[in-house]
Amino acid sequence: MLEALFQYEFLRNAFIVGIFIGFIAPLLGVFVVVRRLSLIADALSHVTLAGIAASLLLQKKWLTTATLNPIYIGMAFSVAGSLFIEKLRTVYKHYQELAIPIILSGGIGLSVIFISLADGFNTDLFSYLFGSVSAVSRVDVWTIGIIFFIVLTIILLFYKEWFILSFDEEYAQASGVKVKTLHFVFIVLVALVIAASMRIVGILLVSSLMTLPVAASIRIAKGFKQALCFSVLFGEMAVIFGLIVSYHLNLAPGGTIVLLAVFILIGAIMWKKWKRG
Amino acid sequence: MDDILRIENVSFRYDDEDVLQHIDFRIPRGAFVGLVGPNGSGKSTLLKCILRLLKPQTGRIFLFDTPIEQFKDWHKIGFVSQKANSFNTGFPATVYEVVASGLTGKLGLFRRLKKSDEKAVYEAIDAVGMSPFVHRNIGELSGGQQQRVFIARAIVSKPEFLILDEPTVGVDVHHVQSFYDMLEQLNKHHHMTLLLVTHDIGTITEKVTHVACLNKHLHFHGSVQQFAQLKTEDVASFYGHHLHLLAHDHV
Repeated sequence: MLEALFQYEFLRNAFIVGIFIGFIAPLLGVFVVVRRLSLIADALSHVTLAGIAASLLLQKKWLTTATLNPIYIGMAFSVAGSLFIEKLRTVYKHYQELAIPIILSGGIGLSVIFISLADGFNTDLFSYLFGSVSAVSRVDVWTIGIIFFIVLTIILLFYKEWFILSFDEEYAQASGVKVKTLHFVFIVLVALVIAASMRIVGILLVSSLMTLPVAASIRIAKGFKQALCFSVLFGEMAVIFGLIVSYHLNLAPGGTIVLLAVFILIGAIMWKKWKRG
Repeated sequence: MDDILRIENVSFRYDDEDVLQHIDFRIPRGAFVGLVGPNGSGKSTLLKCILRLLKPQTGRIFLFDTPIEQFKDWHKIGFVSQKANSFNTGFPATVYEVVASGLTGKLGLFRRLKKSDEKAVYEAIDAVGMSPFVHRNIGELSGGQQQRVFIARAIVSKPEFLILDEPTVGVDVHHVQSFYDMLEQLNKHHHMTLLLVTHDIGTITEKVTHVACLNKHLHFHGSVQQFAQLKTEDVASFYGHHLHLLAHDHV
């Protein structure tokens, strides 16, 4: 494995990207989960799919755009989708969760139209849906690396504001925290991380990387900082071992990573039960 | 003038329902004011106006003699909501983390807790008697203990003015008395000005210095001695039903 890692650039790229997203997806995921926004990740991943389908269509019809990495258009769609969700949440004040199915089905609808215009599935699209190790390019590594640093910096800078916003929004507002701005930044970051993660785990499985490690960690963590640490630890474990296992057994990396995350979750639940006696 | 809070002719309406009408109200420094009124009397709305969570249609509000629009020193104000039993009890946060979050407004952006801040957090936790639980998750505590933690969060920034919105809802009866004792302590020994909103009109008359009765209008506003001289019928008429409030005065 180690040998192959030195030998093949694509494998190296996949590991680097995996380590990046194995860190930031669960880290941001903690805030997503405790604010009960888990499904937003699902909605945004489907909007991202529309972006990917659109860029594949463009590539097919107009070769000039072939140099444009689909990840950028995916990101643009994802961020636009996040802004729509925010808008809808203010329109439907009493049905805030309604924004999620609206955006989710809108995203799928768009994707299907783009895919049919591009005359159906091709292997490229398939790799975006379920994740792929061989598809990670050097440009992806750079793009995702930059997102990694942006997300990490912003979480460090606004940690205490996001904590209070997640725990008690009214109190945050009463203590003079700029709730709207912070929430806006938060949702845009979620959109970016989703677009970044889809390379490895695939669009259909992206949200699991933001929720499964968090679900495991809040079972056993004492306090918020510990919840953050455990989530990142579990996320990295799932991604790194998932990539190794999928390489050796020739399995789809996305599925392997997610299944490992499920095993970790089951382990955490059982450990908690056992500890309680 | 040394008023902590001054409200001049404030009115508020939701859509087509009048909630507050022409409220004039002031809280002098050092007072412990009990704001009482039946459910739906506009108590919480008035609090939200004071905390700038809502904007009244007419009237003016002054905090520390500054118009609320220009008021910046929010760390001088502590707030305890009635949320103790409605917050996400599965939230993974320790007592320490929750109390430390009370310093967010005071510290401002990009600042982290210093040694002196950490000391203040432990002191606040100690002041509400929750020291043995510092590193416990908030969800594992009882309703009364959680409410104490929220008080600690409100006082950790050493506010001059503490606002409490029905803090004893969900706190079991045995702990209510010691809870009010603690508030009295904060008022007398820590010189904090308190505004306590409650519909529990009886118990608080033993502790507060001033009483205000709200039911869309401000029906009464004066010292607790003046309040005690009110006839039961007067209070009942504004409250809309009969009360056994005077029984507590004889305790």
